[in-house]
Amino acid sequence: MYHKTLSYRVFNVINICFMIIIALLCIIPLVHVLAVSFSSKAAADANLVGLWPIDFTIESYKKTMSNPIFVHSIWVSIKRTVIGTGLTLLLAFLAAYPLSKEDSAFKGRNIYSWLFVFTMIFSGGLVPFYIVIQKIGLMDSFWVLVLPGAVNVYLTILLLNFFRGVPKEMEEAALIDGAGHFRVMFSIYLPVSLPAIATLALFSMVTQWNSWFDGLLYINNSKDYPLATFLQTVIIQRDMSSMSINPKEMELISTKTVKSAQIFIGALPILIVYPFLQKYFASGLVMGSVKE
Amino acid sequence: MGTLKKNWQFHLMLLPSLLFLIIFNFIPMGGVVMAFQNFKPWLGISGSEWVGLDNFRYLFERQDSIQVIWNTLVIAVLKLVFNLSVPFVFSLLLNELRKMFFKRFVQTLVYLPHFLSWVILGGILIDILSTDGGIVNRVLVGVFGIEPIFFLGKGNWFRFTVIVSDVWKEFGFGTVVFLAALANINPSLYEAAEVDGASRLKQTIHITIPSMIPIAIVVGTLALGNVLNAGFDQIFNLYNSLVYEKGDIIDTFVYRTAILNGEMGFGTAIGLFKSVISMILILISYRLAYKWANYRIF
Repeated sequence: MYHKTLSYRVFNVINICFMIIIALLCIIPLVHVLAVSFSSKAAADANLVGLWPIDFTIESYKKTMSNPIFVHSIWVSIKRTVIGTGLTLLLAFLAAYPLSKEDSAFKGRNIYSWLFVFTMIFSGGLVPFYIVIQKIGLMDSFWVLVLPGAVNVYLTILLLNFFRGVPKEMEEAALIDGAGHFRVMFSIYLPVSLPAIATLALFSMVTQWNSWFDGLLYINNSKDYPLATFLQTVIIQRDMSSMSINPKEMELISTKTVKSAQIFIGALPILIVYPFLQKYFASGLVMGSVKE
Repeated sequence: MGTLKKNWQFHLMLLPSLLFLIIFNFIPMGGVVMAFQNFKPWLGISGSEWVGLDNFRYLFERQDSIQVIWNTLVIAVLKLVFNLSVPFVFSLLLNELRKMFFKRFVQTLVYLPHFLSWVILGGILIDILSTDGGIVNRVLVGVFGIEPIFFLGKGNWFRFTVIVSDVWKEFGFGTVVFLAALANINPSLYEAAEVDGASRLKQTIHITIPSMIPIAIVVGTLALGNVLNAGFDQIFNLYNSLVYEKGDIIDTFVYRTAILNGEMGFGTAIGLFKSVISMILILISYRLAYKWANYRIF
């Protein structure tokens, strides 16, 4: 009934316009960067580019992709994303299964869960962590990007909440038939929790791809940086040394368009997995709010 | 012994994670003793001189560390307020959209910035906010005819930019939980109100908003435990020496003093100060969330 009143109709029109503006504001900055990356040096340096490329060219992408340091950093990022996500999921899966059991079925569960949760609420801070990384010789190694964050307690909790929803009868039947818990875990829990695992995988991938501080902190040789750290030093700290543009090239291409191309390439994997993320993340969040 | 025999598989499954936690979480926790030392990396924890509470005394005597704690609180509290209220209002407006595909379209666009990192967004912001030809200042100067604003170079403008850009990045994602709450409101409440002739505004005030208050309290309470995390990634990628005074927060300060300047004992002391206060806040907030809304993490 209220739909037909004049005041609601006026509100509705204003609301729709407002929503369009807000929604566009969320992607306009990205569109601008994309436009700059495809524009010519002259147009970009003269600040003429708005939301559409001027004098369309792919020169900046050619330049970016011919920089061996940049290409190598993409490779490091892909490697850390694949290995890091795999390890995180494996550990979360292994830990979530026993932690999802009732206290009566698994004595000691409480001690373990407190140890896990305690790491979420207290930490030694940056400096002791840094010293530990140094002492165990992880500095400057690829593994420093993957190992320290391998256990993700938050994702583990999401997964164990999901496990609690799995019907107990299947498990009991299997246990009576003589299956061990490893068997139950891999042949019953793994198949039914694939959607949940896919959700966690997407989240973990985004985290891995976006991580930059560990690279900056623990890797001294900028040639081994993951892409996010590379972008941080080149674009935020304006350290042009690894951009490998020589003075002659400077006349032909602008650092502005090259930076824009690099930013866009850095965001691209997220944009590609985004449709999947969007589909899953609401259910992922709901998983987290399941109560006992 | 009997239970160990029965449950050995459970312990084995937890072993790998536990090893990781011991190495990367619990051993560093032991490292907080450095906060009570004049730590020198070449002497190690066993060789460094013990100084008692000197680092903490120093922490409260230094002008810059007091300023940093204050900055952290100001920035974090403002973020908390806006990151709660903006999604709340936005989800109410979003809920009024009747066309499903349009609602999806808006949601798709507003969720996106959450998934991009502050390195990417920092790079974009530095570019579009710059005073020499950044697109934002071009619009401001062109449309409103005002002087270009030095968003990232002036203390108070920097704080403003930090808050606004954080809200911009997170408000869409923040609506998820409110939209879930909206979907759970019993439709018969609205039907009854319609029969009574209540306008949409009246329905919103008397049905929708009261139904959302509990979830807002949970979200706000849980955020309270995080109040000393004012956003390392964001600040680090946006700030520069011009705005240290108003923009430096505990986490960025620790990085600068301990890692860049080598004041490791002092850096650990601030870190420990932050960890302890954070832990107390988190425990209180979880307790409150449990009491008010029966919320449990697991």
